[in-house]
Amino acid sequence: MTIGLGHYLVVGAILFALGVLGIIANRKNLIVMLMAVELILLAVNLNFVAFSGYLHDLVGQVFAMFVLTVAAGEAAIGLAILVIYFRSRGTISVDDANRMQG
Amino acid sequence: MNMSLLMVLPEEILALGAIALMLVAAWGGQASTRMVSIVAVAVLVGATIALTGPASYGGDAFGGLVRGDAFGAFAKVLIFGASAIAILIAPRFFAAGRGDDLRPEYPVLILLSAAGMSMMVSAGDLLTLYVGLELQSLAAYVLASFMRRDTRSAEAGLKYFVLGALASGILLYGISLVYGFSGTTLFSSIATAYGEGRSLGLTFGLVFVFAGLAFKMSAVPFHMWTPDVYEGAPTPVTTFFASAPKVAAVALSVRVAVEAMGPATDQWRQIVIFAALASIIFGAVAAIGQTNIKRLLAYSSINNVGFVLIGLAAGTQAGVAAVLFYLTVYVVMTLGSFLIVLQMKDAAGQPVESITALAGLSRTRPGLALAMAIFMFSLAGIPPMLGFNAKVAVFQAAIVAGLYPLAVVGFVASVIGAFYYLRVVKVMYIDAPAETVEGAPLAVRTDPVEGGLIAVMAAAISPIGWLGLASLGGATMVAAKALF
Repeated sequence: MTIGLGHYLVVGAILFALGVLGIIANRKNLIVMLMAVELILLAVNLNFVAFSGYLHDLVGQVFAMFVLTVAAGEAAIGLAILVIYFRSRGTISVDDANRMQG
Repeated sequence: MNMSLLMVLPEEILALGAIALMLVAAWGGQASTRMVSIVAVAVLVGATIALTGPASYGGDAFGGLVRGDAFGAFAKVLIFGASAIAILIAPRFFAAGRGDDLRPEYPVLILLSAAGMSMMVSAGDLLTLYVGLELQSLAAYVLASFMRRDTRSAEAGLKYFVLGALASGILLYGISLVYGFSGTTLFSSIATAYGEGRSLGLTFGLVFVFAGLAFKMSAVPFHMWTPDVYEGAPTPVTTFFASAPKVAAVALSVRVAVEAMGPATDQWRQIVIFAALASIIFGAVAAIGQTNIKRLLAYSSINNVGFVLIGLAAGTQAGVAAVLFYLTVYVVMTLGSFLIVLQMKDAAGQPVESITALAGLSRTRPGLALAMAIFMFSLAGIPPMLGFNAKVAVFQAAIVAGLYPLAVVGFVASVIGAFYYLRVVKVMYIDAPAETVEGAPLAVRTDPVEGGLIAVMAAAISPIGWLGLASLGGATMVAAKALF
């Protein structure tokens, strides 16, 4: 069996769904949420690279590079916000992020 | 000189200005805050002046990655103006605050965010769209948690970050599908691919892209972050969030919908109609029980995005012109309302956010109460305020496009929405002055700059603003024409 575009897309879709579930269904730890965000971005990258190979078009790989760079910046900012949150509240549990209703 | 470089002159001015000011801030430290703020406003003014150049008529730059047209220029004027006001109002708020001083990073972050928004509204390619959107969002996450020692601000930043990153991921997944099934990221080529007939992959891509954009516009069902972030973020930052990024997100959605996915109008129209109706109804109903003025204005902004989307749902040139007209009026009304919220302080100079603190404002501060009443009447869409004309414009576009049920439901829901706006007016004019806040309510005098801004905005929204209607209508028509 050869591995084609369809296989890559299915793996990408599964990773994406896991990432979204990690944010929506996760009630415990905020760091897990940051990991779920990374998972979503990597799923997207897999899609881009698979399409790029399939279409013989370089734009997808360039896009993947941009996504990687932005993901690094996003992780840095996310962790920084997490640190100031932990300093003021002393916890990183999701359920405790309820100082405002809703 | 290279024409492309001239067409992105506003973005260059903003980016270089932000980088230079960041260095000044790093060397000068806390003492440079005032200077950095002043120069940042000057940079925004410079970028606005640069819009008169090829940035507003040049067409495609960098092989279509960026488009310089009247539509982008119109949105950028609103964005730069709102950003400048967000810088101007910050020093007094932080000076009176609870320990967290205004640091020079604040104007720098606003500039970076403005550069990102500027890229968003003139994007001609999915790559530019993504980079601009992230530049705007990353700066906004930091701004939301700017008051580091305040637990609510930290929590607002955290919620905004997690949900914003999720939305970016959803948008990006949609972009990857659109790229894969159309073979390109250029808006004009994507439009060709959508014109060639339906494909499941392209439809999925469209749905994901609109879901991501709906989050950035805070349209229902992706609105859940809005009230918390608006309440928790420092008020000048909330003022910024409610105005500039909103304009940028809506303008970006219009451009994607019309330029990239124009041939698929019947597909995205269903999504936009659903988001519009859900936003209008939810925004109106959920606002009724609110006691915090910033939360109330958050629901009001959700409600208003719904009306803007009615104009987009029409999908015509008149509809896009109505969207731009509504956005202009909305930005002025919202900035004005938040400027008045900034004036709400107790005797000790601490900010107050409860609606009851406005009680009896007509007796203690008649001018401020009159301005707030004008903004509230306008947000409710009661003639002769300009908010009424804006609502008429979007309804008219929807009716011409044959979307009668949408216009009727929107009209009925705007009556429900009027209830909570009028409640604020009732509190100011009929209730006895509040004794709940220690000392006299709103004891602190209004700063002349802020007072002047409030007066100008209230005048622009009041019937005096009718004088400018013709020129504003002409400008929106020219801007909308650039997309078709």
